[in-house]
Amino acid sequence: MNNSRYTEVRNGSSPAVFSEIPVIDYDLFYDEVTSMLTDERYHCLSYSCHRTGEGLKFICCIADDGSGDIRILSHVKKDDGTSLRSLTASCYAMHIFECEIHESHGVLFADHPWLKPVRYPHDRADRLSVMDNYPFYEMDSEELHEVGVGPIHAGVIEPGHFRFICNGERVLHLEIQLGYQHRGIEKLFTDAGDSLRRSLLAEDIAGDSAVAHGLAHAQLAESLAGFEPPASLQAERCIAMELERIAVHIGDTAALCGDVAYQLGQVACEALRTLVINTTQYWCGNRFGKGLIRPGGSNFPLNEEIAGEILRIIKEVDRRFGNVTECVYTLPSVLGRFEDIGTVTRKQATTVGAVGMAARTCGVPRDIRVTHPFQFYRQMEISPVMQETGDVLARGMLRALEVKESVKIIRRLIDSWKNCAKETGRPQYDLKFRPDSLAVSVTEGWRGEICHVALTDNLGNLAMYKIKDPSMHNWMALALAVRSQEISDFPVCNKSFNLSYCGNDL
Amino acid sequence: MLKEIKILADHGKQYVPDLRKQPVSAMFRGRPVISSDITMALAAQAAELCPAGAIDSSSGAIDLGRCAFCNECAFALPEAYRFTNDYRIAATRREDLVIKAGQTEPLQIDETAVREGVRRLFRRSLKLRQVSAGGDNSCEMELGAAGNVNFDMGRYGIEFVASPRHADGIVITGPVSENMARALEICYEATPAPKIIILVGTDAISGGLFAGSPAVKRDFIENHHIDLYVPGNPAHPLTFINGVMDLLGL
Repeated sequence: MNNSRYTEVRNGSSPAVFSEIPVIDYDLFYDEVTSMLTDERYHCLSYSCHRTGEGLKFICCIADDGSGDIRILSHVKKDDGTSLRSLTASCYAMHIFECEIHESHGVLFADHPWLKPVRYPHDRADRLSVMDNYPFYEMDSEELHEVGVGPIHAGVIEPGHFRFICNGERVLHLEIQLGYQHRGIEKLFTDAGDSLRRSLLAEDIAGDSAVAHGLAHAQLAESLAGFEPPASLQAERCIAMELERIAVHIGDTAALCGDVAYQLGQVACEALRTLVINTTQYWCGNRFGKGLIRPGGSNFPLNEEIAGEILRIIKEVDRRFGNVTECVYTLPSVLGRFEDIGTVTRKQATTVGAVGMAARTCGVPRDIRVTHPFQFYRQMEISPVMQETGDVLARGMLRALEVKESVKIIRRLIDSWKNCAKETGRPQYDLKFRPDSLAVSVTEGWRGEICHVALTDNLGNLAMYKIKDPSMHNWMALALAVRSQEISDFPVCNKSFNLSYCGNDL
Repeated sequence: MLKEIKILADHGKQYVPDLRKQPVSAMFRGRPVISSDITMALAAQAAELCPAGAIDSSSGAIDLGRCAFCNECAFALPEAYRFTNDYRIAATRREDLVIKAGQTEPLQIDETAVREGVRRLFRRSLKLRQVSAGGDNSCEMELGAAGNVNFDMGRYGIEFVASPRHADGIVITGPVSENMARALEICYEATPAPKIIILVGTDAISGGLFAGSPAVKRDFIENHHIDLYVPGNPAHPLTFINGVMDLLGL
């Protein structure tokens, strides 16, 4: 649908004709966006800009969680050295997008509370801004001290720097400096040439979400090419999504148990995660599902034998993981470390624009499978798992409940898959993209919503590829969660979110 | 208490008894085999379609240090390429990762490339510091899994430690992002000598899909002796453990 202010598209379906997206005056854009975002029904999926002949062209994709539409708004800023009024001042959730635009393109936003670096991209506007001179927040007091952790951490994890300002053991402020993982991946998407190379890149955006990012890319390519995947392929993809969710949630439960020295929970969950990822390997040869999701078809179409194995394993995992979580979440020594620790309030979650499981643990029902369903989820009723307390316990419990829910979803998907025509074909890497198109693809990975946006030029070549991992929003939720907590509770808070460094740094 | 006993009973014995011979799914993609009579035309076709630039266009050889293990060459040209599930593919010399046409025997590490002292000093205890430098978290998770209840490499005294000061070497994952290059250097400097360097995953060995990205800076890799290359996307825990055991002569 078009009106004079924005274009509407649906998740992963026909792209918008780019030249027909209304380009509106910034003041009108500002009013439109702020009036939408002050209503909880809307949230921003992506806001970015790219250079055109007239200046910088901005594209803002706003999800209407009520109707399932995605509204695309646009404005153009001439290179006249002026600044833009900051949206963040009215809707704080926009802060990360404006920081990103400022960092990459040098656009100034007046009234933005703090245009701090997001990832130090190689093509940033200000080359003088380097990892070593990050503008850390400082408090001048003899009572306080700072604790710096990272970029290299004690565990086998990705790099990032955490700087705490503490009063004794109590954390007053946490600053998270990221960018160490920046690989310039968005640029590689536009340079890639074909969909095969882009499929591999998509799986490498965040290896723990290879399926969810892979699907966001495949769906985007299919949308640009006007290809509608057959029902069997859609169902297979959703099964892979839920297997990924189950595996990571169980692995995270192991990590949470490990952090509070509950070894039985840790080792039992490690073994259960192995069962799940080995099932993914049995299906496609890779424990993380790399290679499983491709545009236009699949190299590993599901068959009766694999479906049977998946059903057998999830039954076993469901029962055993149920026993473990029943133990974990009734044990006083564990509860003492999880309950009322690292609390994010509902208000904070909506303010910072938390998405996915971080939002759902604070009573904010953000789940793309429900609001903007894609693939086979369009034919299913999904009820999002919710928690209200926003603490480490809620984030642990949510994982326990989501595993149960995902098991049920996989059973329904396999039932549906059995009844549909097996039309999954071979992958198509030479899909021809429609020219002058803007496509938006969103999936619900285990962390939350993953959004890929692509733009084609007049010849149908990719002109821009924009990626958003849910971590971009949720890192701020972690920073808020540890305020007023003991610094020794940071590890368990951090693991309860398990955010992606490379997903943020791209 | 009863609940705990139930969990333990279900859990049973989880450790892999023989890490050298543990079977993996037939679908797993490990060492490739290239037909000995591959034609120039087929080799060129394979090189053209390989998204990772791992295939030599004249000989058809696959460089496991660049391979993304996506199996696309084998899907397109099954008469010339196939991947076996042999996960023992680590090497001490970079050039040994190139699998030539007709090469069917399992990879053996070149013992002459093992530096003097490595086996004598680290055979009974090897403590490693892991540094992710642009890794996508899949290799990191597999390295974590190498020490878990299933693979338990700790049984051989091989462990990841929290500080480079406690380590005998570093294990690098990721293509080495420019933003991480200095931290990697500092970590290596902080590790007491003698020390080893292990590269894990295609990204670390060659830059993988990120080779040539302006955000990647591989000077560290180019300027240091690498003791062990562990290919994979990500490298399987068994590939890592077997590689390290071969390096140590276990």
